[in-house]
Amino acid sequence: MKVRLKVWRQKNSGTAGAFQTYETPDLNPNMSFLEMLDVINEQLAGRGEEPIAFDHDCREGICGTCSLVIDGKPHGPHHGIATCQTYMRSFKEGDEIVVEPFRARAFPLIKDLVVSRKAFDTIMQAGGFITVRAGSPPDANAILVPKEDSDLAMDAAQCIGCGACVAACRNASAMLFVAAKVSHLGLLPQGQPERHARVKNMVEAMDAAGFGNCSVTGACEAVCPKSISIDFIARMNRDYAVALLKGDAKESASGAG
Amino acid sequence: MNLLQRVWRSSLGKKYVMALTGAALFLFVVGHLVGNLQVFLGPEAINRYGHFLKTTPEILWPARIGLLTCVGLHIFAAMALVAQNRVARPVAYAKVGAHGATIASRTMIWSGLIILSFIIYHLLHYTLTLPSVNGYGFDFSTLREEEGRHDIFAMIVMGFQKWPVSVFYLIAVGLLCTHLGHGVGSMFQSLGFKNHVWGPRIGGLARTVSVVLFLGYASIPVAVLSGFGGGHLSEVRARIAKRVSEHPVVPGRIEVSHGTNTTGKGK
Repeated sequence: MKVRLKVWRQKNSGTAGAFQTYETPDLNPNMSFLEMLDVINEQLAGRGEEPIAFDHDCREGICGTCSLVIDGKPHGPHHGIATCQTYMRSFKEGDEIVVEPFRARAFPLIKDLVVSRKAFDTIMQAGGFITVRAGSPPDANAILVPKEDSDLAMDAAQCIGCGACVAACRNASAMLFVAAKVSHLGLLPQGQPERHARVKNMVEAMDAAGFGNCSVTGACEAVCPKSISIDFIARMNRDYAVALLKGDAKESASGAG
Repeated sequence: MNLLQRVWRSSLGKKYVMALTGAALFLFVVGHLVGNLQVFLGPEAINRYGHFLKTTPEILWPARIGLLTCVGLHIFAAMALVAQNRVARPVAYAKVGAHGATIASRTMIWSGLIILSFIIYHLLHYTLTLPSVNGYGFDFSTLREEEGRHDIFAMIVMGFQKWPVSVFYLIAVGLLCTHLGHGVGSMFQSLGFKNHVWGPRIGGLARTVSVVLFLGYASIPVAVLSGFGGGHLSEVRARIAKRVSEHPVVPGRIEVSHGTNTTGKGK
């Protein structure tokens, strides 16, 4: 099969970008979208042109490195699937496919389709640590976790931090990402000691990074390659409200020990 | 940092403000409809209700001040949020998908602004009873019953008999319906009272309540345009005409001197 690609090309953040159109050679329909880009890049390199820069790593849907807005939808036409697991058979012969980078002020463009998602790392760092007992392995089931809590925590923990939620949100809001990260520890007993400090710090880091706000359109959960529910945003909203009402910890006069 | 500053500075905090003021305004919209629907019980019921509100300033003024504060905060927070949203994506996509986002959810700011313009008009029309905006050119507050109470019933019927007023009203309550269809559900989301059990129910309930509110509000102008209240209005007109003929010029009685316009003869 052959398709026509309209790809965003931009040398770096300091220069203006534009779409460029490429006709693909005959493709195997079972190629992944990224493999198709590899084929084009080989051609470009062969002609002495600059290959298209795009993010990719594991190519099996678990690392969160691949991105791309394909025909207006982050990660391409399917639900619950990342770009790396989108296959050319999902498109039709002769389709024109528009490929754009994730667009958000907090995700500055580096080159072509590559954007910096460092803001997510900053938010994660703001979340800080959880206190765990280091040393010998704990007894199994020493801490009891209700099944529904652990299931829900695991649903949140599925977030691979790809940034599709930001890319799809009309306000470029990172709420779904932050909500997933806040909730997967907040739901478990191990995450309780720092629960309220964590949500405050992560939300404040998110605000400082220049993301937009949630208007509850549900676009984020619709494009999430891990189908994370916006109910987690409600959970984060509640945790943050409780954290604000509790206030910051009082400075201790005596100190520990 | 103190609590209020923290609420105002954070993205989530501003959403709390939106949700709490929105909840208060939603309750008002429900109460206002229940009050208004008394028009279908006839002039006595709604005029007594209007008279009760007018003569109970200890309820009326706290409610007015509270509502204006809520409207102000709701708009102020919305503007701050929208301003942040606008700058959050400096380069637009060439191809944009809706990803299941409803039209209502994507047009909250526009439905909100049109509703705001309607609220301003509605206050000028029925609360401040400005003669220049009601299409008749006289002050609606001069419409009185024989005992001197405001004739709210006549005011409503006369107001809505002007079709452009009714059309604007219907557009505004229609947009209020879409605004609340998304807003009432989002209120629970923003305050964190939503999970997989209640989420779908809250969404469905929000949309149902919005449609009920729309039907309730729309029923009044629709009824008036189809002739409801015409009988009472002719009685009022006859009474005014009688009084004008008995006391042709009574200085200081605005009611009478302007009242002639309602008969369509004077200018």
